[in-house]
Amino acid sequence: MSLLSVSDLRVGFATEDGVVQAVDGVSFDLSPGEVLAIVGESGSGKSVTAQTLIGLTRAKNARIEGSVQLGGEDLLSAGDAEMRRLRGERIGMVFQDPMTSFNPVYRLGNQIVEAIRAHRGDVSKEQGRARAVELFEAVGIPDAKRRVDDYPHEFSGGMRQRAMIAMALALEPEVLIADEPTTALDVTIQAQILRLLEQLNRERNLATILITHDLGVVAEVADRVLVMYAGKVVEQGTLDEIFYDPQHPYTWGLMGSLTRIDRPRPRRLPQIAGQPPSLLDLPEGCPFRPRCPHEFSKCPQYPPLEAKLPESPGHCDRCWLSPEEKREKRLVEGQIGLEAPRA
Amino acid sequence: MTRFIVRRLVGMVAVLFAVSVVVFVVFMVLPKQNPAQSLAGKNATPLLVENIEAEWGFDDPLPQQYLTMMEKLFTGELVQYEPRIEVDDKIIEGIPATFSLTIGAAVIWLFFGLLLGYLSAIRAGGWLDRLLTGVSIAGISIPVFLLAPVLIYLFANQLEIFPNGQYVPFSEDPWEWAKHLILPWVTLAAISIGFYSRVVRSNMLDVMNEDYVRTARAKGLGERQVMTRHVLRNSLIPVITLFGLDFGATIAGTAIITEAIYDIDGVGLYAAEAVEKFELPPIMGVALYGSFFVVFMNTLVDIAYAYLDPRVRLGESASE
Repeated sequence: MSLLSVSDLRVGFATEDGVVQAVDGVSFDLSPGEVLAIVGESGSGKSVTAQTLIGLTRAKNARIEGSVQLGGEDLLSAGDAEMRRLRGERIGMVFQDPMTSFNPVYRLGNQIVEAIRAHRGDVSKEQGRARAVELFEAVGIPDAKRRVDDYPHEFSGGMRQRAMIAMALALEPEVLIADEPTTALDVTIQAQILRLLEQLNRERNLATILITHDLGVVAEVADRVLVMYAGKVVEQGTLDEIFYDPQHPYTWGLMGSLTRIDRPRPRRLPQIAGQPPSLLDLPEGCPFRPRCPHEFSKCPQYPPLEAKLPESPGHCDRCWLSPEEKREKRLVEGQIGLEAPRA
Repeated sequence: MTRFIVRRLVGMVAVLFAVSVVVFVVFMVLPKQNPAQSLAGKNATPLLVENIEAEWGFDDPLPQQYLTMMEKLFTGELVQYEPRIEVDDKIIEGIPATFSLTIGAAVIWLFFGLLLGYLSAIRAGGWLDRLLTGVSIAGISIPVFLLAPVLIYLFANQLEIFPNGQYVPFSEDPWEWAKHLILPWVTLAAISIGFYSRVVRSNMLDVMNEDYVRTARAKGLGERQVMTRHVLRNSLIPVITLFGLDFGATIAGTAIITEAIYDIDGVGLYAAEAVEKFELPPIMGVALYGSFFVVFMNTLVDIAYAYLDPRVRLGESASE
């Protein structure tokens, strides 16, 4: 039984130049204890998807459609007060940049106490502080008793991200959304933070949504993967399906541009040619078409998100090529990748 | 924190020393005219000029002259010669009126500046914001010498709600004190209310885009808490700087016009009269008095800044 169920979520923002359809028909289910990774470039709609789940994209110019169910409760139709209660209480969120995500003028412990007391008015400041110390210990901040009274700028980036995670978990939410939680950190610290998220996910049976552009991060912790491009899901499947049998040329491009220690070093790190399209001016049909070297006559029609492999019914993609063609075309010098564009 | 404060105070004394040297050079060294002649006033007798020359030691080397001047300042011997009036007595006499005017006006302008700025920011783009923008710009645009006569005409002459200026000491009658000061307060505060509300509004709109505001929402804080505890609180840091400078400058000079128009017997009025008659001793005295408050308020701002923004405070102690 899934805890969080998103179906056909669409988020558009009215601008002077037209409607920016930031998220266009995203669906997924998430169970307790599961880690879902949403992968894509900047502007692919992954963060907007996550922020919409907790109502942070509600704005006058936003049009939000579809449905988001959390344990049977519809989040999109929840009122602002109801949404406010859900934030932190049932869905915790960790943001990208721990340097700027804490208010610089308050002590870290007090910011956690504030989060607790926003939902539990009967918790005293002392009780809240004791809880903050507990949380700091749980996320592996040494000398927690003393350090809850520190200001954000007295923490290193990695420690701050731990504190951020502690704050997100303060009210024991069922769902944890981590929006690029390691992007702003050193590589060595990234691994520690991922270990921590993984450990918390296991210990607390959290349903975790991990948003990232880094396939290395995905490979470390995800159970299932959603690949987004231009606001649309272009491929989804289990971690193994996406990594060992990727079906969409965009996914091939992402895989091909990974640095791998177990492969011969390429002369130049491959990249996907071109830029993501403007959401105001999407091409007809497949949005990846202008950057895809395998474009053919069917591509100007918008491909459906379908499972095409009988052996893995949960593995869906949005590409017109047949599975046989894909297996052949995705090999570049014997490895999965995206060919250089045709001249 | 104590160390931080001590350092700021030492810095303040250094700046005041520099200011006193500048005053000395500008009034005593640079002018071609015999300084004793300037000090004595336009209609002084040659005998008086001679006496002053001896008293101030204008034949001494410059450092000695400076020390004499400072000694006179601190011992209250800086006097106007015709008629003989002690300058520091006049300044001290004027301080209650000037402070009543400026502190009262500052409280009003801070309160309304913050309130209007806050309301504008949380309703940015709405009709209330537009209305308050209009009011602010009107407040900024109307000069004191226009606003004051209009207020006097309306509220003192036509409606007769408030008296037309003058100063009644607080100790004499608090009610009359306030009643007499309301029009001057409003006059002096109007520009700053407009200006501060614009600054608070734009600071708040900037802060609203900060990541930590999104975090505050994401942890489930109510909108009012987000706006006051996070947005407004962090928007105040630059406002404090502005306030310190403005308040110091108001005491030191801006209040002069208001005091003159409302006939409030404060330091500003004294300075205005001295300038008019070109009385050098009061001009010197008031210049030093004014610069003292500007520097003093700056020091207070530094200290308040450290209190409001822990990064300043701890950055300071870490570097020690």
